Amino acid sequence: MTAAANGGRPDNDTPLLEVADLTVYHGQLRALDAISLKVYPGEVYAIIGANGAGKSTLLRTIAGLHHSTTGRVLLDGADVTALRPERRARQGIVMVPEGRRLFGSLSVEENLKVGATYARPGPWTIERVYETFDWMRGRRSQRTAQLSGGEQQTVAIGRALVANPRVLLLDELSLGLAPVIVQRIYGMLPQILATGLTVLLVEQDVSQALRVASRLQCLLEGRTTLEGTPADVTAEQVEAAYFGLTGAAAVLGEGSES
Amino acid sequence: MVTKAGPRAAESFRVTRSQRNVVWTGVGAVVVVVVLALFPYLVYSGTTSLMVQGFIVLTLASMWNLLAGYAGLVSVGQQGFVGLGAYFVLIFALHGLSPFVALPVAAIACGVAALPLWWLVSRLRSGYFAIATWVLAATLMLFIERFNSLGGGTGLPVPGFTGMSPTLLTAYTYWIGLAVTVAALLAVYLLLRSRVGLVLTAIRDDEVAARSSGARVGLARLLVFVVAGVGCGAAGAVLAISQLQVQPSADFSVSWTAEMAFATIIGGLGTIEGPIIGTVVYMVLQQTLASYNAWYLIILGLVAILVALFARRGLWGLVDEHLRVRLFPVGYWLRLAGGNDRSGRGR
Amino acid sequence: MAWVNAIVQGVLTGGLYALFACGLSLMFGVMKVVNLAHGDLAVVAGYVGVGVITVTNIPVLWSFLIVVPVMAVIGYFLQRTLIQSALNRGVLTTLIVTLGLSMVIENALLQFFTANSRGIGAGMTLVTGSFSLGSQVELPYLLLVIFAVAVAVLLGLQWFLSRSSYGRLVRAVADDQEAAQLSGADYRHVFGIAAALALGTVALGGMAYSMYSTLDPTAGTDTILLFAFVAVVIGGLGSLWGTLLGGIVLGIAQQIGAQINISDELLAGYLVFLLVLVLRPQGLVSRRAQS
Repeated sequence: MTAAANGGRPDNDTPLLEVADLTVYHGQLRALDAISLKVYPGEVYAIIGANGAGKSTLLRTIAGLHHSTTGRVLLDGADVTALRPERRARQGIVMVPEGRRLFGSLSVEENLKVGATYARPGPWTIERVYETFDWMRGRRSQRTAQLSGGEQQTVAIGRALVANPRVLLLDELSLGLAPVIVQRIYGMLPQILATGLTVLLVEQDVSQALRVASRLQCLLEGRTTLEGTPADVTAEQVEAAYFGLTGAAAVLGEGSES
Repeated sequence: MVTKAGPRAAESFRVTRSQRNVVWTGVGAVVVVVVLALFPYLVYSGTTSLMVQGFIVLTLASMWNLLAGYAGLVSVGQQGFVGLGAYFVLIFALHGLSPFVALPVAAIACGVAALPLWWLVSRLRSGYFAIATWVLAATLMLFIERFNSLGGGTGLPVPGFTGMSPTLLTAYTYWIGLAVTVAALLAVYLLLRSRVGLVLTAIRDDEVAARSSGARVGLARLLVFVVAGVGCGAAGAVLAISQLQVQPSADFSVSWTAEMAFATIIGGLGTIEGPIIGTVVYMVLQQTLASYNAWYLIILGLVAILVALFARRGLWGLVDEHLRVRLFPVGYWLRLAGGNDRSGRGR
Repeated sequence: MAWVNAIVQGVLTGGLYALFACGLSLMFGVMKVVNLAHGDLAVVAGYVGVGVITVTNIPVLWSFLIVVPVMAVIGYFLQRTLIQSALNRGVLTTLIVTLGLSMVIENALLQFFTANSRGIGAGMTLVTGSFSLGSQVELPYLLLVIFAVAVAVLLGLQWFLSRSSYGRLVRAVADDQEAAQLSGADYRHVFGIAAALALGTVALGGMAYSMYSTLDPTAGTDTILLFAFVAVVIGGLGSLWGTLLGGIVLGIAQQIGAQINISDELLAGYLVFLLVLVLRPQGLVSRRAQS
């Protein structure tokens, strides 16, 4: 594979996170159909697609909450497909779930402490989270059920960070939040990445995803319809892949030469 | 990436309630009932007494199956209705009504009593609902025991049997037990075939989906609770008649719940045929192990645990899977042109 | 003045009932399980205590130190094996399995120990002695101690849940099992800990009960389970201290009922329960949050 075809990565890097031929069923419905991707250390990989395309299912399967029928999930080359979600979390695959899912009866600080219980060694501590999100320290004894949506999202991210993940999975950060808040949260991403994190994110808001991602993939009805870097793909291609319109040139597999 | 799905080629199909074999089942059922009705002429009174016990358990089991298997209500307090039914018979008999005539009245009275009781406990969630029904049953017993006119804590003989010859008494008791059981099974069958039955089967399969589809879940449950009250009350009335007396500690004993629950579970929860098989197994176990005292209950409990964990649909479920037989057709069959049958929404 | 004594007795019995109830409340709060064998396991603890004392002849109070931890460990393994398998299959299965367990335990006890009742500590001053307050009020030593122990247990549980890291995990798992998994917590293990606490406390209650009254195989359901449940509902679902309040209200209701008519003791308690169910179904202690 040439460097260009790889989307700009040298091909002797081991991907930190790899998904190979993943197929997942929800009962009778095939939610994911032979999905593959590779996420390299330090990059932001975005999965985009409409509602029901299978994006969250993909993330949840990587986190271990869904069983796959076929396919594998590999962390730094090691097969984690058989591991339970809590084991994967302890190994470094930490997800910020869709809808925040904070522990409502616990305070902000207690939520962070839970996140830190099985933390790996690393730069992130509760102190550091308070330094990064400066409003949090003053409200740390407040029960999270009383926070606004954007504040909850930040706490949820903080809860994941204190575990010092190797791969951070972000599931629909923008869900239910005002655009201004979404901008602010995504604006903090560089700070988070500066500590050497790798991010795999799922996002319905395509423009936001294109702004932060180093590489992306589009899903439709459980299948990959587009793969490449934001620079490589045109708006028309994204639209076609997102909505599944025939007649537009949907690009599969190899990156496009533009 | 539009999938090339045009409209599927129109297949001719029709929807029927039952397969061919059910006609034979209907005939078979009538034959069985007729044969059973002849028993008092054919067998000793010891056997008919045993059968009456079996009738009581079968009626109770069908009711518990309706509650737990279809409405999702695990009640550990149905013994309250058993005792209530027995005591209603006593009360009516004390006022001059023949106990046999009093039975249907007692059963209906239990149904009426079920309404306020439902209102008391319906807001509780499953596990707490279960214990609440138990408390209700205990409260009913304690309340009734206060009345010395009803025999207080020791009970009373039921009047209205004097002057009857023993053979006639045994026969009448047997027949009324048979009638109650047939009525109970018929009622369950008809209920599940009705529109309420659709709601119940939906609850049985997936409660959240049933609620969100707008099905009148609360009303269906209320109806089931009342029907179960009537059924268990009728069983209690048969008990009073067969024992010729009422006794609070026996009539309100929680072991009735244990019996009906385990007969249902072992036979097959959520199937109409299940309680029948379960009752047979229960009676066989009881008779063979009777000399070992509490052992048969221990074994029953262990088997029920194993069945609940590993064979969810019980013995009938195992039969059903291998023979694909339905004695009581309440489901829908989709018959495609070409003669292939595909079962519709299960049962 | 006999009434005052009745109320005092009722308050003190509330402590015993709180011991019965807090485990039930904990298990429901954390894993949404109502263990129908809850009371029977308390009776098992009592019988184990009787056995331990008979075999080793150690002082009664020392036997607590053996029985309670043993039952807690049993609780952990019962949860990890039987109850977890039932939970994986749904609420209905869990109720059926615990009902079956209750039946098996009761009948096994009946079979091996007969229906005769047992007790421990008969003859100890702790059990028979009491303070006198004035001429009408008796404060039995045993009930005082049980009440104090109940308060200590509730304080301990509260401390555990709010201050320790495992307690935090328990609360987190109770709030959102999946999110806790994503934070690295094995919820099955956390459930096991909750069950261990529940069984430990109810074992304490069972042992105390065998000193206060006598044990027989059916006491698990007739007395312990029903009283525990009533205390939880009166006090308020989801509140640990509510179980103490509920126990106290139940105890007082029973004692007052007994004053009116000696055989109305149980009925009075249940009627108050029904009253609370009708008038204030969420219980007396208003719920601040899901436990």
